[in-house]
Amino acid sequence: MEGIQKSFPGVHALDDTHFELRAGEVHALCGENGAGKSTMMKVLAGIYPKDAGRILFKGVEVEIPTPRAARDLGISIIHQELSLMRHLTVAQNIFIGREPRRGAGPLRFLLDDDRTNQQTQELLDRLNIKLDARAKAGELTVAMQQMVEIARALSLNTEVLIMDEPTAALTDTEIAALFVIIRQLKSQGVGVVHISHRLEELKLIADRVTVMRDGRYVDTVRTDEAPIDRIISMMVGRTIFEATPEVPEQPSPEVVLEVRGLNRGRTVKDVSFKLYRGEILGFAGLVGAGRTEVARLIFGADHLDSGDILLGGKHVTIHSPQDAVAHGIGYLSEDRKRFGLALGLDVEINTLLASLDHYVGVLGWVQPARTRATAEGYVRSLAIKTPSLQQKVKNLSGGNQQKVVVGKWLTADSQILIFDEPTRGIDVGAKSEIYRLLNTLAQQGKSIIMISSDLPEVLRMSHRILVMCEGRITGELKSGEATQEAIMQYATQRAQLATVQGN
Amino acid sequence: MAVAVAERRRSLVRGDAVQRVLAFGALITLFIVFSLASPNFLQFDNVVGILLATSVNGVLALGVTFVIITGGIDLSVGTVMTLSAVMTGVFVTSWHLPLPLGILAGLVTGGLAGAVSGTVIAKMRIPPFIATLGMLNIAKGLALVISGLKPIYFNDTPEFNRLAMGSIAAGIPLLEIPNAVLVLFVAAIIASLILTRTVLGRYAFALGSNEEATRLSGVNVANWKIAIYTLAGIFSGLGGVLIAARLNSAQPALGQGYELDAIAAAVIGGTSLSGGEGSILGTVIGAFIISTLTNGLRIMSVPQEWQTVVTGAIVILAVYLDIVRRGQSSSH
Repeated sequence: MEGIQKSFPGVHALDDTHFELRAGEVHALCGENGAGKSTMMKVLAGIYPKDAGRILFKGVEVEIPTPRAARDLGISIIHQELSLMRHLTVAQNIFIGREPRRGAGPLRFLLDDDRTNQQTQELLDRLNIKLDARAKAGELTVAMQQMVEIARALSLNTEVLIMDEPTAALTDTEIAALFVIIRQLKSQGVGVVHISHRLEELKLIADRVTVMRDGRYVDTVRTDEAPIDRIISMMVGRTIFEATPEVPEQPSPEVVLEVRGLNRGRTVKDVSFKLYRGEILGFAGLVGAGRTEVARLIFGADHLDSGDILLGGKHVTIHSPQDAVAHGIGYLSEDRKRFGLALGLDVEINTLLASLDHYVGVLGWVQPARTRATAEGYVRSLAIKTPSLQQKVKNLSGGNQQKVVVGKWLTADSQILIFDEPTRGIDVGAKSEIYRLLNTLAQQGKSIIMISSDLPEVLRMSHRILVMCEGRITGELKSGEATQEAIMQYATQRAQLATVQGN
Repeated sequence: MAVAVAERRRSLVRGDAVQRVLAFGALITLFIVFSLASPNFLQFDNVVGILLATSVNGVLALGVTFVIITGGIDLSVGTVMTLSAVMTGVFVTSWHLPLPLGILAGLVTGGLAGAVSGTVIAKMRIPPFIATLGMLNIAKGLALVISGLKPIYFNDTPEFNRLAMGSIAAGIPLLEIPNAVLVLFVAAIIASLILTRTVLGRYAFALGSNEEATRLSGVNVANWKIAIYTLAGIFSGLGGVLIAARLNSAQPALGQGYELDAIAAAVIGGTSLSGGEGSILGTVIGAFIISTLTNGLRIMSVPQEWQTVVTGAIVILAVYLDIVRRGQSSSH
């Protein structure tokens, strides 16, 4: 195998990227969220069509229009979200789409489950995976499901195996077991693409690393020659475009919100922090680190397994978003179109959605004069650009929609505002308006939690930055001392490493 | 030790097998309660009546089970049944064609209707609920148009009615069960084999479990969907032939509402409306629960309106039990 090279000039997710994989090599693919890693691998696996460029497989140019074509070439992908059919057995999953049949002619519609089970068991034994071929996939642990996916890929005579964040949901022992199998594959001449955010594990498993940024190829280096710091700076790359952080003056020492030992399943582990009056507290981390999950716990959208929430020093129980609103907490979802706005309704109703019961008179009659006055007030103070209060929200721009959501929570007299990715899908001009708005709110004494995957944004806006990784808070940085590199370091840290550093 | 016990208990409490056991227990309980409540309930004729009442709904439910396992729904089974019955009537009574050809016409009509629904769903990507709601009305309208709003009687072919209502075990006491019931059992066995032993059955489960993953595994999802809806249509066609034979006529105004009983039977029997789970045995038990309930309530002189209310409540209860079970297993 001479390697794969592909390049496609274009304007979209991938811009003139290339990648090369040798037989018997583990090649890591790194980059921030949205760097284009998964997209590029999906092109290789026939899931997305490429706009332009070439794919060379063993030196020959090939077209891979469908997953089936990729499979016929010996290219398999294991997705980030495991794609097993949970109601089927391990064997049925492995042979889906090419089940052994009982014969030819009409018999070819009859399944030969004995042979399916037997071949699966042989395959599992060969890989030293201790698993019953007849077990239901939905009842296996995530790690075992991953093993099943690997076994499926290998049963297809795979020569190129792409693994998209295979270790994201695994424990250390499970990762060790996975690496044993990866090394086994490597010795058999399989080329493995390993997409990962966990930089320290690259040293353990990868031969080379290719870094991508903003859909572009950055560089390929040998893992044994490149220290982690260098890989991180390749990932972050871009210079911070506005050097002066727009942090307003220091907040007061009054603690508005304190959480202690929040836990929920695998997503949130032992999270504790304090939020001060007038503070903007940034939450950084990679997608899936558990930031949104923490916000949802505080807002009562999910139930916590354990932990305490204190408002102004007093214990409170928040069982539902209704409780949270009553306690003056507002949550601005990252997906405002789904969770934040009633898109088909007008600006006025959306502004009042969280506090309509304050504007209700006798017999449940909404008082139109008061609602209009309030909505008008916020449209003016937030500078929402809308032709009228009766304009449907779906016709506003992203930035103005976001302001309507802010207005909604201000109307509800929220003291704590949780912004989840406040500038996602908003153009640059509107972004700085949202930033100004956040600063104004903080100066007025509102306390703000800002969850953002945009590192320059977190650095620019926050008084303090908490970094999460795998459900835990792995680092706390003050605005002055924080750098993109430091955040990335914490964000890619496994739990036990974090505790060592924390000590 | 404790962990092992808990683990075992968990595995026992999981899967649609539980719902099946529950449903079977419910059926037995119904039998006991009704036979205590009324001495007439366990009479041979009454039991035969229950069996007979189950035959049509049971056959419809078999088809709908396949569709629900894929994560879809088929609202058209009732009126497609009617259309099939009317087509059999047209072939046999209006055109004086041989009876076997008429029966075949009924089955083919059902299959065609299913194929159209399946194509609309798989190729035009119209949600199953809407596509089959459309088919419900199309089949209903066609049945009325073709029959000229009047029932078609099979008076020239008395053997048609005998075929369903007679018994191959005629003369043997306690085994003299109408052939229509036999048809249900044979159809159920065939359906069960298709579901568990063939590629079509396997892909029905795979589609309901994770359609995207199935597609990415290289399975031609669209074609298999069409095949599955076609199969459901053939079962509706069989239901149409059965009901025509039983009533000795094709009643064009009948049929709407049957789809809900069929869906209810599947759901009570443990077929999950979110797809991926279900069994033919469960569906047959579910169909029997519905007809036993109706029959028992009638014997106890409960007005028919109230029978409907009870059936509705049972369906809600069955789905609720399903949700409770699911909630438990997902919190582990």
